[in-house]
Amino acid sequence: MIRLAALLVLFALPAKAEEIVLGLSRDEVAITATFEGSEILIFGAIKRDAPAPDDEDLGVIVTVAGPDEPVTVRKKDRRLGIWVNTESVDVDVAPTFYAVATNRPLTEILTFTEDLNTRISTQRAIRSVGATIENAESFTRALIRIRAGQGLYQTLPTGVLVEEETLFRTLIPLPANLTEGDYKAEIYLTRGRQIVDLYTTVIPVKKVGLERWLYNLAHDNAFLYGLMSLSIAIAAGWGASAIFTVLRR
Amino acid sequence: MQIYLPIAEVSVNAFLLLGLGGIVGILSGMFGVGGGFLMTPLLFFIGIPPAVAVATEANQIVASSFSGVLAHLKRKTVDLKMGTVLLVGGLVGSGLGIILFNYLKALGQVELLVQLCYVIFLGMIGTLMFFESLKAIRKSNKAGGSPAPTRRKHNWVHNLPFKMKFRVSGLYISVIPPLLVGVSVGVLAAIMGVGGGFIMVPAMIYLLGMPTKVVVGTSLFQIIFVTAFTTMLHATTNYTVDVVLAVLLLVGGVVGAQIGTRIGVRMKAEQLRIWLAIMVLAVCGKLAFDLLVTPTELYSLGAGGH
Repeated sequence: MIRLAALLVLFALPAKAEEIVLGLSRDEVAITATFEGSEILIFGAIKRDAPAPDDEDLGVIVTVAGPDEPVTVRKKDRRLGIWVNTESVDVDVAPTFYAVATNRPLTEILTFTEDLNTRISTQRAIRSVGATIENAESFTRALIRIRAGQGLYQTLPTGVLVEEETLFRTLIPLPANLTEGDYKAEIYLTRGRQIVDLYTTVIPVKKVGLERWLYNLAHDNAFLYGLMSLSIAIAAGWGASAIFTVLRR
Repeated sequence: MQIYLPIAEVSVNAFLLLGLGGIVGILSGMFGVGGGFLMTPLLFFIGIPPAVAVATEANQIVASSFSGVLAHLKRKTVDLKMGTVLLVGGLVGSGLGIILFNYLKALGQVELLVQLCYVIFLGMIGTLMFFESLKAIRKSNKAGGSPAPTRRKHNWVHNLPFKMKFRVSGLYISVIPPLLVGVSVGVLAAIMGVGGGFIMVPAMIYLLGMPTKVVVGTSLFQIIFVTAFTTMLHATTNYTVDVVLAVLLLVGGVVGAQIGTRIGVRMKAEQLRIWLAIMVLAVCGKLAFDLLVTPTELYSLGAGGH
């Protein structure tokens, strides 16, 4: 709702003075058997009807978000001498992947209110409504810390390169442990820490070839898939035994 | 060489998996344990999601046990009759185990339960086996190297009804103890996500009084069927069997099992037991250590849901 409201405000603005024209290095990301991670080059230009205003600073923010999923964050505590999961917080919405690239530190090019409305920063992209326990924020911070450690959450404060106030580009690295789904790329243009334009596009990330086939079989024909796994196991066991018998002779 | 696993959705080094499979396979062939109690924690450690690790490990154990049992069948060290009795108990037990597992999952402390199960059972069995084998080795050394023929002690096990002749094991005992051993191993196997060989092997030696040489093959025979059953359950209910991961592990595993079986035959029974005891205690120690020491990251992420 908040996001929608933000969009409405955006469209209600008078004729836009500056607009984003976008290009992508690739339309989709294919996960193959030897997938080791990848990167997307997002580049574009700012189209203007009039010369660039030089009184206020230009900000370019690029976000790439993977599919949303609920996550449970658990905290361990020492009970009777051993470490046990005690408290937990259910995070209703957390993107499986989230990258924010900006041309300058985010707070310098976006007001706090705009961030609240558009949910650009990683802390805002995660939502936990039902968290009632004390200190719930430390749980979302832990979520960001763990995912950042896995390369899934990235903050790139100088990741966007702007040339001549017109051309911009950024390289978003994608780790190998990527979840498939539609990745939403959003490019925000700000002037004086206010959003002046937004461009949204979708980059599908999907398994292809053998990976796709196995994944589908496992979900659509689970019984057959189970039997296949077992046959492979039995055949391999028998094969090794047969080979070793021959070798011993 | 990195490879992306379609079900686990992570990218791992293929040679690392082949190597892990090989090492665990050797141990599996030597001791007649499926190796799950070693491999499952190792898979967690390299970043495979726990649900996928447990399910895929069951599938891999089928392969290494099958390979091992063929080697034992040729040597006629499998008591098929005893194996079948244990298997009947095992299937009932794993059914019960899965019901218990889902109940505890609903309570939210299943992870702790699994860890405590490992520490308690591995610790108990490891300690018992270690001291028993040490005593046996000392005795055989005193006797000038040749083990004295042991007279089987008659305990309560031999006074139960429904007696059956197990010719390969040289036993004439009631079917009730092997059935109960099968059931309890099945329950534990389902909870801990392993084949259960490390519990069954000592139970067969010390409780049923089976000769060590027969124990290994018979245990492997039973494990094949119980883990195959578990694999099918996981594949059809949780969709967590990763066949690419399984293939990589089992290629290493089946080769390792063949080598392990041959090493096992050359070793003395007491030596075999003492090494198994040391290994069991090492895994137990590591798990206990993890429970007691302050973790570097207090928080952990789990699949969402309320």
